[in-house]
Amino acid sequence: MVIKILNALLAIAGGIGGAMILFWILNKLTETIGGKWEDKIKPWAFAGPAILAIGVYLIYPAIVTIQYSFANANATAYVGLKNYTDILTDSSFLQTLFNNLLWIIIVPAACVILGLGVATLADRLAPRGEKLSKTIIFLPMAISMVGAATIWRAIYESQPVGTAQTGLLNAIREWFGRDPVFWYGVEKLHFNSILLMIIFIWTQVGYSMVLLSAAIKSVPDDTIEAGRIDGAGEKRIFFSIILPQVWGTVLTVFITVLIGVMKIFDIVYVTTNGAFNTDVIGRRFYNEMFTNNNSGYAAAIVVLLMIAIIPVLIYQVRHFKAEEANR
Amino acid sequence: MTTAIQPGTGTPAEDQQVLKVSKEGDTGGKASLIVKIGLTAICIAWLLPVVGLLINSFRSRDAQLNSGWWSIVKNPFDSTVWTLSNYTQVLGENASGTNMGRAFINSFIVTVPATVIPILIAAFAAYAFTFMEWRGRDVMFVIIVALLVVPNQVALVPLLKLYGALGMNNTFAAVWLAHIGFGMPLAVYILRNYMAGLPKAIIESAKIDGASHFTTFWKLIIPMSTPALASFAIFQFLWVWNDLLVALIFLGRGDNTILTVALQGLQGQTGQGRELIPAAGFVAIVVPILVFLSLQRYFIRGMTSGAVKG
Repeated sequence: MVIKILNALLAIAGGIGGAMILFWILNKLTETIGGKWEDKIKPWAFAGPAILAIGVYLIYPAIVTIQYSFANANATAYVGLKNYTDILTDSSFLQTLFNNLLWIIIVPAACVILGLGVATLADRLAPRGEKLSKTIIFLPMAISMVGAATIWRAIYESQPVGTAQTGLLNAIREWFGRDPVFWYGVEKLHFNSILLMIIFIWTQVGYSMVLLSAAIKSVPDDTIEAGRIDGAGEKRIFFSIILPQVWGTVLTVFITVLIGVMKIFDIVYVTTNGAFNTDVIGRRFYNEMFTNNNSGYAAAIVVLLMIAIIPVLIYQVRHFKAEEANR
Repeated sequence: MTTAIQPGTGTPAEDQQVLKVSKEGDTGGKASLIVKIGLTAICIAWLLPVVGLLINSFRSRDAQLNSGWWSIVKNPFDSTVWTLSNYTQVLGENASGTNMGRAFINSFIVTVPATVIPILIAAFAAYAFTFMEWRGRDVMFVIIVALLVVPNQVALVPLLKLYGALGMNNTFAAVWLAHIGFGMPLAVYILRNYMAGLPKAIIESAKIDGASHFTTFWKLIIPMSTPALASFAIFQFLWVWNDLLVALIFLGRGDNTILTVALQGLQGQTGQGRELIPAAGFVAIVVPILVFLSLQRYFIRGMTSGAVKG
């Protein structure tokens, strides 16, 4: 244990010290070259290490992943499109895709709507109550998905009939004289998936609320006043005056939650491990990779995920360019 | 600009990036009773699962197995129910085989270097992206923006093979490097956006005074960028501490296992060790909660500056 801690301290010192020395040397080198070349090379000396890290850990592996997706289970021979045709004709994978689609349809929208609702309500409280309630709603953001799943056992847990129920939902059922239900096993109408989504939404509404609340507060008062003078009710003011002005933030929240949902893994892995028709592609990928040792399938799944994320990526880049133009 | 808070504006000129509270004479304080009751109910619902976990973590095995956590309401001062033994057990060697004390230290060992090291590398890059003119700069930055939304899963299969060939699997270095790489786009993005909002005149005058880029960076830009450095540090800290996938793949379940992986492994316990789950859960979430509560301001600043992590 002591050795491990010393190792970590060494890594910190070495990492920071090493980086400092590296940049100092790179800087000196460019300076000795001097003249016109100095200005051309120096940016690369400054940005080079970061670009290298991104290249080695994201760009290069992404390219290799695409390559693997056309290869067999242990990446020794190319198999053409076989991995893609296999997974896309596998009914269990299609079901997995459908589950992901459910997550995508329900979760981001639910986070935005709940966030808007809580932000609007909290806005009306006196400052102390506002701050307290916002902190409470925001708090789960700091908790890991594993932690959140553990916490929600207090609500969802089920014990066999005849023993004391330790989860709140089943205790309520018992109160009404009904038998306990194993909630994660209720596949009807994807009820179990929805229970998992609730855990995820619980962690994300705070994020949505904080961003939207800040946006709502920066809506100019005179536009609201003008609406009031014209005789608009509270509802009308919200939908016709406030909402259009915070629409940009609504989109930002939506997209951010959407990205989190598309690659969701932890919460399904921890609770059901994909059983009872709750599987999602993030967990399926892990399963193909580590349980089935099929890197071809795993890579093909990730490539599909990449393709699915392209529209979000285009939105992100466009949004960034619009921001830059405004600067 | 219709809204003041937009992604990409974590600049110092805007000071509203804290938990904003209504101004005097605003709508604040005008809540009707229904609003107050509604919001109180939401807050209670939000906290209820956490309270359940916390209560159970201090109840004895018998109490946890024979009644729900809410039953303490009937008899809150019954001392036979309360115990610290879940914590003392779970922090050391115990019947469940999961040692959260060791995992706790491992989590720190993983998280601190993975948080601290990328900052300097990213700051230099952000400086080059903001204050230097070079070919390929804009294209490179657009690639970084695009990479913000790309899920880490794209990198895992090849990295695992690469680490396997280098004999690096199950080492801390493997996870440190992975988190440094995965966190880099976000770090460069946050810092560059912040630096772009710094007054250009100061940098220009430093140049006229003959200061090199290196000096300007150390003496001017780094001290002026501390809020953005802090934002990124908190993001990365929470992200690495709470990460399950990367740790599961590159560190596994051996001696080096971290809190999230250990807690996940404990979930399946139905017999011996089941009573330890709530305590273990609390051990896993207490540090991020403390970090979050004490540094909320910087966290929100990072969020409002459009921090996304794929």
